[in-house]
Amino acid sequence: MNAPVVESLASESGWQRFRKDRAAVWSGWFLLAIAAVCFLSPWISPYPYMEQNLAQSAMAPSSAHWLGTDLLGRDVLSRLLQGGMISLFVGLIATAVALVLGICYGVFAAEVGGRAEDLLMRGVDVVSTLPLTLIVILATVVFGQNLPMIFLAVGGVSWLTMARIIRNQTRELKGSQFVQAAESLGQSRWGVFRRHYLPNLAGTIAVCATLTVPGVMLLEAFVSFLGLGVKAPMTSWGLMIKEGADIMEECPWLLVSPSVVFALTLLSLNFLGDGLRDAFDPRSSRK
Amino acid sequence: MAYVLRRLLEMVPVLLVVVVATFFLAHAVPGGPFDKDRPLPAEVKARLEAYYGLDQPLPKQLGNYVVHLAQGDLGPSLKYPGWTVREVIGSRIGVSCALGFVSLFIAVLIGVPVGVLAASRPNSWLDRVPMGFTLVGICVPSFVLGPILALVFALGLGWLPPCGWGEPEHFILPALTLGLITAAPLARLTRGSLMEVRSLDYVRTARAKGVPPLRVWFVHALRNALLPVVTYLGPAAAGLVSGSFVVESLFDVPGMGRLFVTAIINRDVMLILGTTIVYAAALLFLNLAADLANAALNPKVARGR
Repeated sequence: MNAPVVESLASESGWQRFRKDRAAVWSGWFLLAIAAVCFLSPWISPYPYMEQNLAQSAMAPSSAHWLGTDLLGRDVLSRLLQGGMISLFVGLIATAVALVLGICYGVFAAEVGGRAEDLLMRGVDVVSTLPLTLIVILATVVFGQNLPMIFLAVGGVSWLTMARIIRNQTRELKGSQFVQAAESLGQSRWGVFRRHYLPNLAGTIAVCATLTVPGVMLLEAFVSFLGLGVKAPMTSWGLMIKEGADIMEECPWLLVSPSVVFALTLLSLNFLGDGLRDAFDPRSSRK
Repeated sequence: MAYVLRRLLEMVPVLLVVVVATFFLAHAVPGGPFDKDRPLPAEVKARLEAYYGLDQPLPKQLGNYVVHLAQGDLGPSLKYPGWTVREVIGSRIGVSCALGFVSLFIAVLIGVPVGVLAASRPNSWLDRVPMGFTLVGICVPSFVLGPILALVFALGLGWLPPCGWGEPEHFILPALTLGLITAAPLARLTRGSLMEVRSLDYVRTARAKGVPPLRVWFVHALRNALLPVVTYLGPAAAGLVSGSFVVESLFDVPGMGRLFVTAIINRDVMLILGTTIVYAAALLFLNLAADLANAALNPKVARGR
């Protein structure tokens, strides 16, 4: 009966610590705002993102088109919102993929123990030195540059750090007395995982996930920038930055708005992740 | 020595896995190298495929490829007739290596001193301002920084050419883009690691026994503080590889990164395989080099083996 009380106290002090970190709190609100306008874009965007109006192509920002129009006369603000939806969507789903893979691999490695564990973790070390971006690019092209495959390819290479951290934490938990007690009472492996590992790993997982999102979004933007990711007429921030960079001499506004929004989003995600880590995971923040 | 040998032997299975994975991915890419706007006559295409051995079953092709690879033969390029993949890569790799090393040099030259400076006056403006910039540097990806630098220095001020290759001044913008991106995490790492080391007992002892402050700083503290920085150079090299893709296509640099992207667009299976293997091998070697440098600096690591 005691456990929930202790837990709520601990999390409360965590939230209190978090609230004092002004940069993290503002980042959180900023991200919420960005996510809200992007995901509501089908209803609130001023123009349909695909609508071409060649009579008004390559117009500088004005009161009709707040961020200007591109070469095909499409409204940049509307495209920015739609591209943001895709970028954030990839960020969230691919992180979820990485999360599942990382947790399974990390917990499994810690559970088997011994030489197998060493081998599994050595494998992670080796794989993380490989040029994974090349594999992501290849995989996206192979599977036809559609969204679900981009999720899988990007998430499929982003779980390595997660697996390492989860494995370390699980190893600690495995040696702790309450897990040994549960085991000696005859609880199954799955039961231990669900009742004891997961709740204790939750904080680490949340922090890890927040810090994985920017990397994942960067990877998607990078692949799209090379023209091998999201396909037209859909767009993403990476693709918009590429299109803007191609004609930055004539229409700098096409480059500036997606670059600024993308950089600010990544910055906020990093602030938020650091803030969460400092608040909920005091051990790792000391490093 | 035995350690180096073991690490080198370890690379063989890793590279083999990379070859197999890339082989199947590259062959699964939709469309073939001989698909043109106007389709080739079926016989010609069949002859071409037979000539390059592409009509054989995949496992057999893979076997042949690995046997040739073991002899250092990367096969013929499918899109540049008469060229072997080795020749194509050989004509590009120098550019990418030079760019990579100059960028790494710039990164160390900027990142480490900035980190030292910030750690010498923690929480003053000397610390806050540069660290703020490094945070921006971490969040601004190469494909944003590159166009911005080009916009300012090439199109705005007109000091440098916006793109192209051949003259020394063509080198500056791409190398600066990659260098600045890598310098940011290096500076943060140097600062963090120095902050940790400077509170250790041995540094206090050195100060207490009257070693001049600058000597404590550079000889006692920095040497140990640089260990994680050296280790980071391995992953940093991997970052430079993906950064070079962007920078090379942005500034029109004829290097390996662009070769890989065009190889994918052209469906040149052999070239895709070749570039991936070269990249993987290079990164494995760089990581080994970083580990060895670490051992040289840190007797604890060397003895731990």
